[in-house]
Amino acid sequence: MGRIFVAMSRGKANAGNKVKKTHTMPQHTPIIRVDRVSKRYGDFHALDNVCLDVQRGEFFSLLGPSGCGKTSLLSCIAGLIEPSEGKIFIDEQDMTGVPANLRPSNMVFQNYAIFPHLNVIDNIGFGLRAHHLDKDEYGRRIGEALAMVGLEGYERRRPQELSGGQKQRVALARALVLRPKVLLLDEPLSALDKKLREQMHVELRRLQIQVGITFILVTHDQEEALTMSDRIAVMFEGKVAQIATPQEVYDRPVDLRVADFIGGMNFLNARLIKISAQSLRVDIPAFGEVELVHPENFVPDSNYITLGMRPEHMSLLLDTSLPVERAVQAKVVNVTYYGDMTYYYMGIDGIDTPVVVTMRNTAGRRILSIGERASVGWSPSALRPLS
Amino acid sequence: MGKKSLGIYALLYMFFLYAPVLLIPIFSFNTSTIVSFPIENLTMQWYKNLLKETALHDALQNSLRVGVTAALASTLLGMLAARAITNYNFFGRVPITATIMSPLVLPEIIVGISLLISLQQLGLNLSLFTVALGHILLCLPFATVILRSSFEGLDKNLEHAAQDLGETPLWVFWRVTLPLMLPGVLASLLITFTISLDEFLVAFFLAGNDPTLPVYIWSQLRFIAKLPNILALGSLVLLFSFLLLWGAYLLRCHAEKRMQVIR
Repeated sequence: MGRIFVAMSRGKANAGNKVKKTHTMPQHTPIIRVDRVSKRYGDFHALDNVCLDVQRGEFFSLLGPSGCGKTSLLSCIAGLIEPSEGKIFIDEQDMTGVPANLRPSNMVFQNYAIFPHLNVIDNIGFGLRAHHLDKDEYGRRIGEALAMVGLEGYERRRPQELSGGQKQRVALARALVLRPKVLLLDEPLSALDKKLREQMHVELRRLQIQVGITFILVTHDQEEALTMSDRIAVMFEGKVAQIATPQEVYDRPVDLRVADFIGGMNFLNARLIKISAQSLRVDIPAFGEVELVHPENFVPDSNYITLGMRPEHMSLLLDTSLPVERAVQAKVVNVTYYGDMTYYYMGIDGIDTPVVVTMRNTAGRRILSIGERASVGWSPSALRPLS
Repeated sequence: MGKKSLGIYALLYMFFLYAPVLLIPIFSFNTSTIVSFPIENLTMQWYKNLLKETALHDALQNSLRVGVTAALASTLLGMLAARAITNYNFFGRVPITATIMSPLVLPEIIVGISLLISLQQLGLNLSLFTVALGHILLCLPFATVILRSSFEGLDKNLEHAAQDLGETPLWVFWRVTLPLMLPGVLASLLITFTISLDEFLVAFFLAGNDPTLPVYIWSQLRFIAKLPNILALGSLVLLFSFLLLWGAYLLRCHAEKRMQVIR
């Protein structure tokens, strides 16, 4: 157990002034280091040799489908489950064997886990009680926390009388009032409706910048991860596939699974004609021959490779205003109308699956119907080889 | 079969089950010492007589002491057992659970005799303490079942959250687990107390010179003249038991509602 815990009989080590210190003296060591962590349940690997660093003050997301191990990893950081192998460091302290109540992290649980027998301020003050703060300090900290999440006036409400969004705020305040070094959020928005969820995206991000605490968010919602995070770790089957900024994950996914999981993606099969360290020359049925930049770490395993192209990087040539490099003839197979956008599924001779093209519905632009023919404009620079 | 015939069946069923029990309070107000219809006249005499029976007061006191001890001990032990059974998957979990539950199905007379033999082999004198031991054994399955459902209804994340907020496991239990399952604990206390209060066979074998209330009633049945007193006493015991169990039922309903709150 770390030295900083020696003075604590009951309660956590994250007393007020520690957080301030990280503001005034920038430190470049990561706040969290996950070092070769595995978690096994019998033959099942919930986590398989996971390594990652989270920087101070970062909004970091763990993104992946259900069962990918993201929640297990969060629980390992919180100390609610113990890794089978590997170590977790929080602020350079080895957390092996340190129980959850002594870790400088706090968690917002998926269904909020608000204590049903306590009112709003007793819920928020729950962790403070363990610190033996004097009465004034206790009241001041709770007042701050209430103001931070905009729950003034709800002090005496019982959890039964709160809406989903308000419970969420209580859960946030209850964790932030302890001024943890790291705030862990386990799918905190999944129980809210779409409108409120989008509102909370903005608010969570604002809150995180305001308090300057590192946030680690677990989510299966790629939009949530893209809009809020500084960096995203994409996980599949207990392994980290890619750690990068939202833009990088979206524009340069490391492999097929990441490309498929985040955003819409058209996959085109292509034949390799020539390969060099700098470039790839490929032949795509119906699209023709193109020269591509050879991405780092891309090693084709046969003469046939898969290329990805985002739907919004293609366009239907409805008018002459859109600049295009190349065009291919196609027929509308299906249309999905979203109000601001229209998704076209375009059948192209020589390609089995229809290509998805999204079009912004700008003023006066016509919506095509099924069966109409149109040219699809595209640019070789939008193609990305994937393995 | 129509709804009507099912209704008649239900009424008959209730009648045969409870009519004999209802006869006791009815005859307890009868002036005649002979238990038969018609009722001669109404009187409170038999109830007044109860106030004068010092042996009865001793028996009642004995029963209360045994009841409180058995209720507290079996609820405490039941809580430990229920917690272990619901939270941990340990070696021998199923056979241990079955052993705890076995007094439910063992014939009480066998339990009574075997306890008597074992306690005497151990050199323990028969007393209220031995009765309480026997009653703890009999009450434990009930306490375990009630508290197990309390633990199972508890959202594990609430305990995780409390621990995450800085509390040690013992404080988590005190500040979160116990308050949330308090209705279950009270229900268990009431039910086990009622069981102990009404229990006859084991108390009969283990009581020694300190009879509990049912043992006292049994001893009084030998005297015909005392029968109306016993009917009055029996009526009071019935009423009291009913109130206790009803209270326990209300608490359990309340507990279930409380568990459903945050979902």
